[in-house]
Amino acid sequence: MKFLVTVKRVTDYEAKIKLKADKSGIVTDGVNMIMNPFDEIGVEEALRQKEKHGGEVVVVTLGTTDAVAQLRSALAMGADRAILVRSDAALDSFAVAQVLAKVVEKEKPDVVLMGKQAIDDDSNQASQILAELLGWGQATFANTINIDGRTATVVREADGGLETVSTTLPAVISTDLRLNEPRYASLPGIMKAKKKPLEEVDIATLGVDLAPKVKLIGFEEPAAKKAGQKVADVATLLEKLKTEAKVL
Amino acid sequence: MATHLIVVEHSAGKLVKATLAAVAAAQKVGGDIYAVVLGQGVAGVAAEIAPYVKKVQVGEHEGLKDRLAQPWAKVIADAATGAGITHVWGAATGAGKDLLPRVAARLNAGMASDISAVVDDRTFKRPMWAGNITGTVEITTAKKVVSVRPTEFTPPAPGAAGEIGSIDVDPGVSKMSWVKFDAVVSDRPALSDARVVVSGGRGLKGPEGFKTIIEPLADALGAAIGASRAVCDAGWVPNDWQVGQTGKVVAPELYIAVGISGAIQHVAGMKGSKCIVAINKEPEAPIFQIADYGLVADLFKVVPELTAAIKASRG
Repeated sequence: MKFLVTVKRVTDYEAKIKLKADKSGIVTDGVNMIMNPFDEIGVEEALRQKEKHGGEVVVVTLGTTDAVAQLRSALAMGADRAILVRSDAALDSFAVAQVLAKVVEKEKPDVVLMGKQAIDDDSNQASQILAELLGWGQATFANTINIDGRTATVVREADGGLETVSTTLPAVISTDLRLNEPRYASLPGIMKAKKKPLEEVDIATLGVDLAPKVKLIGFEEPAAKKAGQKVADVATLLEKLKTEAKVL
Repeated sequence: MATHLIVVEHSAGKLVKATLAAVAAAQKVGGDIYAVVLGQGVAGVAAEIAPYVKKVQVGEHEGLKDRLAQPWAKVIADAATGAGITHVWGAATGAGKDLLPRVAARLNAGMASDISAVVDDRTFKRPMWAGNITGTVEITTAKKVVSVRPTEFTPPAPGAAGEIGSIDVDPGVSKMSWVKFDAVVSDRPALSDARVVVSGGRGLKGPEGFKTIIEPLADALGAAIGASRAVCDAGWVPNDWQVGQTGKVVAPELYIAVGISGAIQHVAGMKGSKCIVAINKEPEAPIFQIADYGLVADLFKVVPELTAAIKASRG
């Protein structure tokens, strides 16, 4: 069983995100960069499935050579090899999915595992677009994945409860938070990762039309909420909720 | 001139109200608004949405009985291909997030996710970085797919009922099948559209804290219960209760955060609430920066007091 897991380099979820003075984007100087937490869950899931079914775990990212750090993190967790599709330009979700479709064509995985959203742009599109471009089944927001033969049965985090769907393989599955708890890389794992194969592909060689269908044309900080007040006790709180806020 | 197609979401034979936020957003662009209702035995849903649109297109088919992204995306894209449709809209609910990007892929269209405002027919604002930044996006393709954050658009008033007609549908070949749905059973209002939400975090120290502290307050107020990501991850409460960037986005009239520190990712899901109350013993907790009313106190002492006082005042 072959797993292809996507890994995106994103700003740390604990970082304070600020706009540049000219509002052309966010400040990244001095901001820690991490593997998108949902992708980390994807890597973990692929490793666990490989432990059960055997096979190979390949991780892929699109970006500058800076993203090699995140690929090495995934290799240190236990992934077998990595692919960097080198691109200096920012890409929209559609372009990302088109590039991934090319990687899938070459790698022929049984399962593509992707984080349900990247915590920087929060778009939540690429896995669904990829599934459609490939004509494959999809299971988004996975809570539990069971693979049996050529079928994946996936319990999904849905509105109001848990939905179970099944899809024939190959398929695209996107991860939700409770799917697993990713392991920490061990020291031997980190040492080994340095020697694992990492292939670089120039995005221009893939023959994908990268023209954006969605352009990010502006950034602003949302209006700050006005400062509230501290209240001394429950009686004061109740009084204010009734007479001032009028919500009770 | 724009012509819109609203993807109507329904559950247990009823219209999911978040769909009306998509209608409201389409109205801001202007032009004719159509709706598409898929499934089996969905005449009731079609009648519910009809007062909000010019025409309802009903596609009934055995293969559409369960909402599965692959067959639904095909049929919606087919419906959006004719009739001069320029925009396809849906609610950014769990179901909409699963389905709409696949529709965009099929239409070779750009998509704006989870928008909070309409600038013009191609330009939209949307929260990014857990709501710390508002981005403006422009869709450059002729057809446009947009998912709408339900809490950011006020549902329109109903008008004269639009015409209801049926369309021929072909779900095509699907690799997916539906197995089952395990609903979280609750007598409380749904988190996404409750007037009052009481949320708990790590300060409650364990699942018993939710039972003994949060549930009585929620019941006294007729409120829905929410939770921080930390306590959902810890398995204290169902994940369905999670409020935040990776959970549900809520905007009730009153949001009471109990023992929640106010991590960025939680605040992203509730800061649109009209009135926010924070109860936390840690005076420096970031939640106090966005709370209208903050009470620095031991929650195990003051929340039962608050519950008792509310019960007393309501007789």
